[in-house]
Amino acid sequence: MTLELLLLVAAALFCVGLFGALTQQSIVMLMMGLELMLGGVILAAAAAWHYIAPAAADGQVLIVLAVTAMALEMAVGFAVVTALFRSREVDMTDMAAELKE
Amino acid sequence: MAERTPLWAVFVLPALLVAVALVTAGVDAVLAAGARTGRPASLREVAVRAAGPGREVLRQLVQQPRRTRASDVPLARIGAALLPVAAVLAAVVLPLGFRSVSDLPDGIVWFNAMEALAWAAVWLAGWGPNSTLSLIGGYRFLAQGLAYELPHMLAITTAALGAESLRVGEVVDAQAGLWFAVWMPAAFGIYLLSAMAMAFWGPFDQPAGQDVAGGAAAELSGADRVLFLGGRWLLLVVAAAFSVPLFLGGGHGPLLPGWAWTVLKTAAVLAFLVWARRRIPTLRMERYLELAWVVLTPLAIAQALVVAVVVLNR
Amino acid sequence: MDAAVFWILAVLAVVSGVWVFRFDSMARATFSLLTSLLCVGGLVILLGLDYLGIVIVLMMTIEMAIMAVFMVMYMMNPAGLMPMTMMHNKKGAAVVCGLVFALLAAGILLAPWPARRGKAPADPTMELGMSLMGPQMLTMMTLGLALFATIVATVVLATRRGRYDRLGDDLRARRADDPVRGGVGQ
Repeated sequence: MTLELLLLVAAALFCVGLFGALTQQSIVMLMMGLELMLGGVILAAAAAWHYIAPAAADGQVLIVLAVTAMALEMAVGFAVVTALFRSREVDMTDMAAELKE
Repeated sequence: MAERTPLWAVFVLPALLVAVALVTAGVDAVLAAGARTGRPASLREVAVRAAGPGREVLRQLVQQPRRTRASDVPLARIGAALLPVAAVLAAVVLPLGFRSVSDLPDGIVWFNAMEALAWAAVWLAGWGPNSTLSLIGGYRFLAQGLAYELPHMLAITTAALGAESLRVGEVVDAQAGLWFAVWMPAAFGIYLLSAMAMAFWGPFDQPAGQDVAGGAAAELSGADRVLFLGGRWLLLVVAAAFSVPLFLGGGHGPLLPGWAWTVLKTAAVLAFLVWARRRIPTLRMERYLELAWVVLTPLAIAQALVVAVVVLNR
Repeated sequence: MDAAVFWILAVLAVVSGVWVFRFDSMARATFSLLTSLLCVGGLVILLGLDYLGIVIVLMMTIEMAIMAVFMVMYMMNPAGLMPMTMMHNKKGAAVVCGLVFALLAAGILLAPWPARRGKAPADPTMELGMSLMGPQMLTMMTLGLALFATIVATVVLATRRGRYDRLGDDLRARRADDPVRGGVGQ
């Protein structure tokens, strides 16, 4: 277990996530790719903390930041998907209502 | 302070938990039968009824398991097995007297993280069998989780705040004089509520409720069913037992040794929960959600504030 | 021992990460992602950050359980009983990702990493708390505000009913007109 190995694992996670985020068509799946990328960031931050500067708390703060970013991204992502889905549905029902008149 | 625990404790812990869960389930079965027949039973009848849960386990194990069409068997298996595993993992930080299997420096967060695995477990067990009723059960547990988790986290954080430590051993040490239950009654009450909700049991049994034919457990059979429903009892035992080091002074008490006090207090909490189940009707989740977020969460925050002020002035 | 745990967690993290995009069933994809992130949490614990690792496990479990609900809700074929692919631009993405990984790997292997400075504190959790409540207070407050803004924004985006729907045009209704009544009678 060395710094390089851990960073390579983190890079692999990041790239797998990137691949998912680039290829997936649905927004929900795209967000899973983003989560995976942020997982790689977390791992890299933890490795950097442990192997480079364990005395400073900055690495830990970076992890807290990444975890919060994950939560925010999820919440906003799902809200946007819900809004999109809902507005489309509302459009459809509005059209149906106009046809009736 | 907790001492080092020998390795065999790792193997004793699950056995001990299963034994306590079987006894609790037996007592519950006796009470249920008593309520049904409405007359005092003879000693022999009581013994037969108390052995009921054990017999049911054996019956499920030898019975031919059934399958539903197009079910996702691996996911259902993982879900059913994850529930008891989560309960045992959470119990790792439980002290018996003043010793736990591993007194982790972040024991309280560890307990919380492990019981959160139940969210995934119940949903998976509900999704796996490809059946509407069990999926409804799984969804209900997620709604329940959203309702109970927020006040629950604040309640256990309050106990950690009172001891100024996340280590369960130090939380117990901080209660050598006064139990936390005495000066954090709101947090203790919220914890007891969420202990029942976490094990989706008693008034919170909607995820596995009668109205959806057993909910998340509806289609489970054989060993899966034993693991899932047994895991639920284990979770209840562990959640009740964790209230002892958090709020009821752990092993502290006069005369008796520490482990005896832990056992006594755990038995008392379990007895209270079993009694409360027969007194409180099932709560619908949307009702509890509003109560939890509008009343219990602010209450828990106010309690934490009071404790924080006391700790700062100590 | 540490090395064995590291290899198991690392391989499991990457493999289950790959499987997220290969499973047809959304439930499987979600819980594969959960496995991957739990392994990341385990690696963080292995690196000596117990508190953050456990918090990652806690958060990701809850997050993925909620995510599963949305996945099933919004995907057209959540159970994957009829396999289909919902990918676009597979080749380009593979090239981009391969390049990014090659660049990152080259950077990782060639960079002259500084030697370890200082020693890990006896209680990293305490250190983190002191830092967040001291020098990094601004970070913490920004995070808090961002979380609060997110709560407001998500509710605004996701809800269909405002207060006029609930309390009438003049907001005078004594009891809110909700499709599902809550427990406190609001």
